[in-house]
Amino acid sequence: MARSRRVGGALRRAASLAGVVPFVLYVAVFLGIPLATVVAGAFRDGAGRFTLGNVRASLTSPQYTDAFGQSLLLAAWTSVVGAVFGVWLAYAVVTAREGGVLRRVVSTASGVLAYFGGVPLAFAFIAALGQTGLTTRWLQSAGVDLYAAGFRIDSITGIGLAYVYFQIPLMVILVTPALEGLRPQWREAAQNLGASAWGYWRHVGIPVLAPAVLGATLLLFGNAFAAYATALALVNGTIPLVPSQIQAALGGNVLVGQENVGLALGLDMVVVIAALMVGYALLQRRATRWLT
Amino acid sequence: MRRPPRVWRWAIFALAAVYFLVPLGAAAEFSLRQGESGYGAANYLEIARDPALRDALTSSLRIAFATIVITLALMVPTVVYVRLRLPRLGLLLEGVTVLPIVIPPVVMAAGMAFMQANFTDATSQWLFSSPLTALTPFYVILALPFTYRSLDAGLRAIDLQTLVEAARNLGAGWWTVLGRVILPNIRTAVLGAAFLTLALVLGEVVIARILLYVTFPVQVVETGQTSAGVSVALSLASLVLTWVLLLVLSFAGGRGRRRLVGGIA
Repeated sequence: MARSRRVGGALRRAASLAGVVPFVLYVAVFLGIPLATVVAGAFRDGAGRFTLGNVRASLTSPQYTDAFGQSLLLAAWTSVVGAVFGVWLAYAVVTAREGGVLRRVVSTASGVLAYFGGVPLAFAFIAALGQTGLTTRWLQSAGVDLYAAGFRIDSITGIGLAYVYFQIPLMVILVTPALEGLRPQWREAAQNLGASAWGYWRHVGIPVLAPAVLGATLLLFGNAFAAYATALALVNGTIPLVPSQIQAALGGNVLVGQENVGLALGLDMVVVIAALMVGYALLQRRATRWLT
Repeated sequence: MRRPPRVWRWAIFALAAVYFLVPLGAAAEFSLRQGESGYGAANYLEIARDPALRDALTSSLRIAFATIVITLALMVPTVVYVRLRLPRLGLLLEGVTVLPIVIPPVVMAAGMAFMQANFTDATSQWLFSSPLTALTPFYVILALPFTYRSLDAGLRAIDLQTLVEAARNLGAGWWTVLGRVILPNIRTAVLGAAFLTLALVLGEVVIARILLYVTFPVQVVETGQTSAGVSVALSLASLVLTWVLLLVLSFAGGRGRRRLVGGIA
C-alpha cells in the first residue's frame, strides 16, 4: 500500500516535469549542439583525428595569451565600473516616485541599451569621440586634446568606454529587483533599535544586497568577456581580443587547420564562463535567502 | 524606502545624462550632416533608396517576427507552468535563461559555422539554407534572458493561482486559461519581451556576420565602411524607434501595480 503510494507520487512528480520538456529540449538542441560542436572540434585536427595540439596552441601561443589577458582586463574594469554606477543609478531610480516618467525612461532605456548588441553604440561613440567627433572637437576647443594625449576610440580603452554604455543598463536591470526587495520595515526596525543610517547599511542593507550585487557583477564580467559586436562594428574586429582571434582563425585568413584552434579558443572561453556561472549560482542561492 | 540625500540622486542622474546622451546627441548631429556644412535627412532616406539595405531590413524583420513567435510560444507556457506547478524549478530556469548573456556569441557562431560546413544531414542542410531558418532558432536562445525576466515579472504581479483556479472551476481547458485569462493579464510583459527581441535582431551582427548572412545590422556595418553617415543614421533610428515603442508601451500598459517593461519589475 505504502509502496504503491510512493511509486504513484514519484510517477506524478515525473509527469509534472513533462511541462518543461519542450523548453529543455529546445535549449539542449540550439544551445547545446553548437557548444558541443565547439568542444568536440577543439580536440580534433584538420583531418578529424584526436589531438590536444589546438588546446595547447590556444593556451601557449603569445598572440592568444595576450588576447586573453586583454579580454579579461577589459571585462574586469568595465564590469566593476558598470556595477558601481549601475547600483547607484538603480538605487536613485528605485527611490524615485513609482510610475513617474523618470522611472519609465530609465527602465525602458536600460532594456534597449543592454540588449541591443552594441552596433549603434559603436557608431555613436565614433560620432562622439572619434578623431573628428563632436565631443573630441568640443574638448579640443576647451583645451583638452584627447588624441594628443594618446586616446583612440579604436583602442581597447575606447572600446571599454563603449562597453560601459551597455554594462550600466544591464546592472540596473539585474539589481533593481534586489533593491526593491529591501523592506522599509528592516530600516525602521534598525532605527528603532538605535542604529544610525550607516549602521543600518553596515549591518543590514549591505549584507543583504551583497550576494545579489556580486552575482550581477559576475554576469557583467561574463557579458563583457563575451561581447564582440561593438568591437566588430568599431574596428572591424581587428583588435587583440579573444573573440576577434576566434573570428580570424575561423575566417581562414590564416593557415589551414587554424579553424580547430579557433574552436579551442572557444572552448577556453566556455571554461572561463563556466567557472563564472558556478560562482553566480552559489551567490544566487545566498541572495534568495532574504530577497525573493 | 527613504529617499537618499538629494545631492547623490542628482549627481548620478546628471552623470548618467551626460554619459548616455552626449554620444547619442553626437550621433544624431553626425547623421544629419549633409554636404559641406549643411544639415538634412539624406542619410535617413538612404534606406528607401538603397535596395541592399531595404532587402536586408525586410529579411531582418522576418527573422524578428519568427523569433518573437517562437520565443513566446516556448516561454509563456513554460514560465506559467513552472510558477504554478514547479515553483522550485524557478531558480534553475532563471539560471539557464541567464546563460545567453555570458555565452560568447562568437563561440555560438563558431559552433554553427562548423555545423554549417560539416553537417550534411537533410535537417541541417535545410536549417542553413536561408538566414531565416538558420538564425531564428539561435536568436530565440539569445532572447531568453529578457523574455524570462519580463514574463516572470509579469506573472509575479498577478494572482496567477487564483485566476487559474477560477477559470478551471468555470470549466475552461488549459489552452483557454492560457490564451484568454493569463495572456491578457500579462500582455504588457509579453509586448515588452517582443520589442526587446526586435531590438536584439536589429542589433545582432556577430553570428550573422560569421555565418555570412546579410541581415540589416550586418549591412549597416558594411555600409559604414563607405558612408559612415548612413550607418550612424540607420542604427540610431533603429535604437530610438525600439526605445520609443517600449516607452509608449510602458505608459499604455500602466494599469496595475508594477511596471514591467524592459525586464524590470
